[in-house]
Amino acid sequence: MARERSAAIVGIHEYPSRDVEGTVSPLQIKAECAAKALADAGLAWRDVDAVYDASEGGPMSGLSICEYFGVKPNVIDTTNVGGSSYEYHAAHARRDIAAGKARVALLTYGSTAHSNAFAIGVGGRGGGGVGPADNMESFTGMTLVANYAMVARRHMHQYGTTSEQLAEISVATRLHAMRNPEAVAAMTALEFLDIRETTIADVVNSRVIADPLHLLECCMISDGGGAVVIAAPEVARDCAKPPVWILGTGEATKYPENGGDITVSAATQSGPAAFAEAGVRPSEIDIAMIYDSFSITVLTILEDLGFCPKGEGGRWVAGGRLRFDRPKDGPALNTDGGGLSSNHPGMRGIFLLIEAARQLRGESCSQVNGAKLAVAHGNGGMLGSRHCAGTVVLGRN
Amino acid sequence: MADAKRPLPNPNEYDTREFWAATKEQKLVYQQCDHCGTVVFHPRRHCTGCLGNALSWREAAGTGTVYTFSVVRQSYHPFFRAQVPYAVAWIDLDEGPRILSNIIGVADPAKDVAIGQRVTVVWEPHEDLSIPLFRPA
Repeated sequence: MARERSAAIVGIHEYPSRDVEGTVSPLQIKAECAAKALADAGLAWRDVDAVYDASEGGPMSGLSICEYFGVKPNVIDTTNVGGSSYEYHAAHARRDIAAGKARVALLTYGSTAHSNAFAIGVGGRGGGGVGPADNMESFTGMTLVANYAMVARRHMHQYGTTSEQLAEISVATRLHAMRNPEAVAAMTALEFLDIRETTIADVVNSRVIADPLHLLECCMISDGGGAVVIAAPEVARDCAKPPVWILGTGEATKYPENGGDITVSAATQSGPAAFAEAGVRPSEIDIAMIYDSFSITVLTILEDLGFCPKGEGGRWVAGGRLRFDRPKDGPALNTDGGGLSSNHPGMRGIFLLIEAARQLRGESCSQVNGAKLAVAHGNGGMLGSRHCAGTVVLGRN
Repeated sequence: MADAKRPLPNPNEYDTREFWAATKEQKLVYQQCDHCGTVVFHPRRHCTGCLGNALSWREAAGTGTVYTFSVVRQSYHPFFRAQVPYAVAWIDLDEGPRILSNIIGVADPAKDVAIGQRVTVVWEPHEDLSIPLFRPA
């Protein structure tokens, strides 16, 4: 039972607006979130001695973001693995702090994907690179949704999973979103139709974007951003808010392989590593913050993290088990409203850490009473072809 | 966008140029390691199974099985949005490679494409290369 307490989340901030209407830049969002997360922790710019950045603001961001913020860190890490980048940053920050290289780490994210009409979610084309793999695939017109839909189709074939079961993910997430004023404001700003709690029927009767995935199984395309401050124990002890400890982390890749199983994600590798390091079993987890780009992403990852046996995810989620108000039945899923119904500017991973921290502080809009343990699992890239997974197990004092 | 065209591969891309060159003669090729027998696909210059790079090009029969698929109903690409609904599929070729392509030649892709379906390659010719598409066998 390791449960080593070498680094903790001590400051968080989520940018409240999801439609900035072109008034601010991604860099400005990052800086504003950084300042507010540092203030949340009771720290200042001068305390920051490690910066983690996914380069979404431009090339050579390890240099440019430091100048922009006005900090001179000793540790600079520009790992970019798409939406899972922030789980990697949290893992690396903990490692660097434990090694004595840093005391206060700053992670930030900013995006104006919505304002820029950036092609993600239902608009994503998929592919887009110039490497050998893309050169073999881009002629097919596989959209981003179709990439994930092919996982769902195979999952249905192999395990008998149904659209109604997948819809449970969307319904639970929307329930939580309706309790989160920022999520309701987001859906309003992004002109969602008929903003309310949804039913299984609502989801499966929404239009099909790429068989078998429906509109209400797809994430939104928002603006937004956030920041997380991670600190050493001696700093965390004096911070303004209670520390949320990083107990275990895992990283993994998955890519197409001849004869491979598309229903299995990289979480099968990152999850056990993170849980083992934390000395925690999935059954002990109160809060599951899982990257909900699409319904199938969550279903697959719930299985792969070990919440239920492989292939049984559909039956396991059926009946509302993932709601915040049924803590005895399993973890509460994406209690902020998720990428489906609250915030998805392209790389959602930072919000998984932020909402997990809120829950373990007792600050969530859909608070699980007495929540002690959370898992944040980021999936970066594309589930149906190539992706990175980052798992972070978190615990309160 | 009446003149919108299918996005074509770069025929000079380092790892895949031999594959695309073969498509001019409507040959579907893949690599196999002379040393360890690993089937390498997508094409590469090195073997992913051993440390060698003695990869031989082999011609596939062009037949395979649908591993999974989706029917795209919405696309913002100027060419593909005129094609909806169309089927995208991962296909397991009989020799082992798993290739991404489209299933064409069906009346309704949502009804006429299935996992496990046998398919065979059909070529869509272009100036420098041909595109391997598949239809039910």
